[in-house]
Amino acid sequence: MAEQPGVVIVGAGQAGGELAFTLRSKGYPGSVTLIGREPHLPYQRPPLSKDFLLGKTGVDSLFVRPASAYDKHDIDRLLDVEVTHIDRTTKAVICSTGEHLAYDKLVLATGGTARKCALPGSDKPNAYSLRSMADAERLQRALDGVKTLVIVGGGYIGLEIAAAATTLGVATTILEAAPRILTRTTGPEVATFFEEQHRGRGVDVRTSARVVALHGDTAVDEIELAGGERLACDAVIFGIGLIPETTLASNAGLDTVNGVRVDTGMRTSDPDILAVGDCAESEHTLYDRHIRLESVPNALEQARVAAATICGDPVEYTAVPWFWSDQYDLKFQAVGLSTGYDEVVIRGCLTDNSFLACYLKRGEVISVDAVNRPAEFMVAKRLIKQRASVDRAALADDAVPLKSLLRPT
Amino acid sequence: MPKVSITTRDGSQCIIDAPVGQSLMSAIRAETSDILALCDGSCSCATCHVYIEDAAADSLPPMSEGEDGLLDGCEFRREQSRLSCQILVDERHEGLRASIAPEE
Repeated sequence: MAEQPGVVIVGAGQAGGELAFTLRSKGYPGSVTLIGREPHLPYQRPPLSKDFLLGKTGVDSLFVRPASAYDKHDIDRLLDVEVTHIDRTTKAVICSTGEHLAYDKLVLATGGTARKCALPGSDKPNAYSLRSMADAERLQRALDGVKTLVIVGGGYIGLEIAAAATTLGVATTILEAAPRILTRTTGPEVATFFEEQHRGRGVDVRTSARVVALHGDTAVDEIELAGGERLACDAVIFGIGLIPETTLASNAGLDTVNGVRVDTGMRTSDPDILAVGDCAESEHTLYDRHIRLESVPNALEQARVAAATICGDPVEYTAVPWFWSDQYDLKFQAVGLSTGYDEVVIRGCLTDNSFLACYLKRGEVISVDAVNRPAEFMVAKRLIKQRASVDRAALADDAVPLKSLLRPT
Repeated sequence: MPKVSITTRDGSQCIIDAPVGQSLMSAIRAETSDILALCDGSCSCATCHVYIEDAAADSLPPMSEGEDGLLDGCEFRREQSRLSCQILVDERHEGLRASIAPEE
């Protein structure tokens, strides 16, 4: 007789792994099964576009926890296995191996896949994208041999790869279709700062540069821009966003919009199915809308909320979103969402490579971008949580400690 | 492998194996979900904040400006505060005692 169905987690990324361990630390008594499409235990993706490309971090140090920890906490793993179907009537998932696994609660932690370029030629062997460890290993080998690299997309992943490639001595060009880089995530001041940082280190950053064709027989040799200019390259990397992996959910009839829709307890439209991490679009107590975030902090926080829901000890998802990016010697940290801001206050000096860009909405700090200011970043997090209305002159003045702007707790 | 003693947030104590060459944060994370370590050890978040209660003299690496800065922004900073991701375990850490700081 099979044991009682427990929790089945589809997706063995950082969200899935954290969820499994949090269930155990909360004393969840049933079985916990982690199913992953990749052949690996949960590993950290952020270093893949940073230290891993530079050879500073090896494969072994990417794993979040050793295999022995999964054994010790009785977490079953099915790796290199794809879930093809969810049967909500019988409460089971069907795997590529033909196996049926019954669940009491199912958690979708399916993440996403790198958005593909739609142009012919984007499947040539020297065209890359970066999401998985296998992608990073391919890219690392490629960077070893190439002289010129073109990165399509001026988001964080593109900028981080540009920083690594330039550090490795590869002549690098970034092509961004929008009039500036980092359009989705920062204001123009910070975007300009990063453009200048990259240019100063020799990266050819081109904005309003739309790619219209990829040329070459066996490989992409030239990239054609709108306007007709052609850029020669040895390799091209597409860093043009992530598509949340929602196929399983939508085929099962769950609500999906820009991700699998979940409430503040990470429940989908089926109360026995939850979703967490990059694939989940969640209700958020701080914002009057559903948001989907692509970040490790969000994945881990949501995993904890989901574990609490499953254990019958629910908490609401209230964490202020935050992100980080390391490029060259720049430590960038961003907290809050700047959508809808009506004013920017700069604290410190952009040319010193140490400043805050504070985004205000009706006088309230809603988001802060910090460059090389870790202490103030921590304080900024608290300012945003407090929804503090601040004195602009004090905020801009480096001589006034940021801490003094916090409301006493 | 050095054994270190960790006091979790609920006050319980456990002795864990800390592999040499890995961070103290990794060793703690393999045992308890108490620390989030949201930035995976890249010294960006202070969610692996611990108080080092007992460690062999000079066995802790000096604090970088980044670590000091992050701790400085923490509400619960104390004299013994460290970010456990910044402590690479070596043989001298046998018997080290640490407790996990409250969540910010």
